[in-house]
Amino acid sequence: MDVSWFVVLSAFIFCIGAGGVMTRRNPLVVLLCLELMLNAGNLALIAFDRMHGLGDGQVFALFVMVIAACEVVVGLGIIVALYRRRLPIDVDDLSELKG
Amino acid sequence: MDVTDFGWLILAFPLAGMLVTSLGWRVLPGRAPGWIASGAILGAFLASIGALLELRDIPAEARNLASGEVTASAFTYAKTFGIDVNLGILVDPLAVFMCLVVTGVSFLIHVYSVSYMTSDRGFARYFAYLNFFVFSMLLLVLADNFVLLIVGWAFVGAASYLLVSFYYRRATATAAGIKAFVINVIGDVGLVIGSFLLFSETGALDYAGVFERTEAVFVTNDGTLVAACLLILVGAFAKSAQLPLHTWLPDAMEGPTPVSALIHAATMVTAGVYLIARTHPLFEQAPAAADVSAIIGTATLLFAATVALVVTDLKRVIAYSTMSQIGYMILGVSVFAYGAGLFHLMTHAFFKALLFMGAGSVIGAMGGEQSLDRMGGFRKAMPFTFVVFTIGALALAAFPLFSGFFSKDEILAFTINRGGWYVALAAIGYLAAALTAFYSFRMVFRVFFGKPVPEAESLERTPEGTGGEQAHHDPVNPATGEAEDTDVGFPGPSHQFAERERPMKFAMAPLAVLAVIGGAVGIPGVTDTLEHFLEPTFEDSSYINDHPTDGAEWAGLAFGGAISIASIALAAFIFLRRPELRVAIRERFAGVHRFLFNRWYFDELYNAAIVGPVAAAGRFGRTVVESRFVDGFLIGGTTGVVRAGSSFARAIQSGLIRAYALLLVLGVAGIALYFLIVSS
Repeated sequence: MDVSWFVVLSAFIFCIGAGGVMTRRNPLVVLLCLELMLNAGNLALIAFDRMHGLGDGQVFALFVMVIAACEVVVGLGIIVALYRRRLPIDVDDLSELKG
Repeated sequence: MDVTDFGWLILAFPLAGMLVTSLGWRVLPGRAPGWIASGAILGAFLASIGALLELRDIPAEARNLASGEVTASAFTYAKTFGIDVNLGILVDPLAVFMCLVVTGVSFLIHVYSVSYMTSDRGFARYFAYLNFFVFSMLLLVLADNFVLLIVGWAFVGAASYLLVSFYYRRATATAAGIKAFVINVIGDVGLVIGSFLLFSETGALDYAGVFERTEAVFVTNDGTLVAACLLILVGAFAKSAQLPLHTWLPDAMEGPTPVSALIHAATMVTAGVYLIARTHPLFEQAPAAADVSAIIGTATLLFAATVALVVTDLKRVIAYSTMSQIGYMILGVSVFAYGAGLFHLMTHAFFKALLFMGAGSVIGAMGGEQSLDRMGGFRKAMPFTFVVFTIGALALAAFPLFSGFFSKDEILAFTINRGGWYVALAAIGYLAAALTAFYSFRMVFRVFFGKPVPEAESLERTPEGTGGEQAHHDPVNPATGEAEDTDVGFPGPSHQFAERERPMKFAMAPLAVLAVIGGAVGIPGVTDTLEHFLEPTFEDSSYINDHPTDGAEWAGLAFGGAISIASIALAAFIFLRRPELRVAIRERFAGVHRFLFNRWYFDELYNAAIVGPVAAAGRFGRTVVESRFVDGFLIGGTTGVVRAGSSFARAIQSGLIRAYALLLVLGVAGIALYFLIVSS
């Protein structure tokens, strides 16, 4: 199978994720979409790894998974903290850092 | 000791006095600063006498600039290619003569001030300024080159500023001080540029070098030389209050009365006369400039005499008489009658200091009031002041055998002797002499005769030396009537006058004697002492033997004496016999009176011609250039650009995470697109 199928699929998933991050206002969904983007990246890494047959890409994919897990921990932590402080669950309302 | 050693001593005493009084003001008790300052000037006076005695031992031929016997240099001020300036002094007869007059009269004024300023806060500051003033004047007189002369010249201007605005919380006094300083700086600039012209042509800055080369470098009435002389005259006229740079002098009356005496008698205003006498080789080579000087001197002496007729402020009457008398001196030295001009400088110093001291005494008795309209009848209340003031007025009026009689008429005799149109100048001089006698006795008659004012009556009731009640007014500014207090920056609470204060009497008595007999050093054909003494300085003058005959001089004296007596008699008739005439004359000639009373509208003219346009330009600069262009365009433009840029950057920082993500994606997509296009 040609590698371009995998890459195109990966690009689609990435764009779905990116569109979700940009358009959804619920932080939980934003986090989900981020995961989509990361996994799209993983798919591309694995696909190129198979094409070259070296194994480096698999190592990178493992790293990305670890980082994604960490990110989910931090992201969910922030969301739980927001619930506890009874702040609105809407990323557009959380804009106190603006210049 | 050498004559120049005494010269250094003359300078050292007032400088030391200034340092001690200014640094020790916190620890010196009571009147001590005054006595220390007076002692310093006395030391300088004794050193001047020492220099005089030492000078007499030097043969007459060697007493001049060229011999090198009378010059000394402490160190080199500047030595570069072409310029060679020493901190050098010149102690020739002219300098010694000036030192004697300056230190002698200044000493008496210091002693007088010790009493006069007793109740003032800032007593030590006053004497530090006074010593600095005398030091500056002596530096000016003793300098042997133009650079040091300019240093002394500028110091005198600074000292006059400090002293005129001594009552620094009085708005009128500070304004007068600024006026004096500004006009003096105009003169300084003239003198500096004049010296530069001389330097650029002759390559020297010391008197000896410049005078030596004058004849070789310049033809008679050489354009550059005339320009240099006129610039020097600007300096001389600014210091000596000659037209058109005279307006500061009457305003300088805002200073304490002894300061007026110092400025008018001993220091400052005589500097211009000295300068012309000192630079006489230049003026003889440029007679055109000397003629300008003679004409301006004559114009000033007439102008000031007419104004003095109508001014009602006692001190200002004397101030205008100073301008007038300085006009005579300028006329004298400008027609190359140096001995006569300097002779009048000396006698004028005596009687003018005396007149100011007398006026100070009267003003003290009036509790600070200076208007002639409020004075009268002090003859019995203040006999001592009356006698010495009258002596001063007689000398000023050139009453026969008083000092001013000989000196003023000698100037006019020399002027006539030049012949031609100079006779017209002398005629104006005689006319002004008549006015002088008249206004002198206008003062005497209005202050001391007539019905005693309340102040005089209360003085008559209290015997001398018993304190007694003195008419006290609430402290006010005599010029504007503004209320004042008696703390530092304003005159002190009590006013002194000669009848109560021994130092004041001590200061006035010798001056009264000198005002009577001072003329003895210049009786034509009999003594001529002063002229012979000054001869070594002026021996290079081509007019040294151009001398009116004794007969002509005595004829002039007789004529001048007759004018003086007639004028005094007229004044007596108007002010004593027929007081109502005074008002009648004033009403009859109201226009003339107004013109004179407003001082020929000189101040108004300057305000309209110079102050007004400059102030308007300043206002234009402030309202248009500053606020519109600088603030609005330059500063506003810069801040506008920065503000616009930053508001754009602020707009990006929306705080919306999704917007950031969008920008990130767009950026990455843009980069990816770029590489795609490049690689294909």
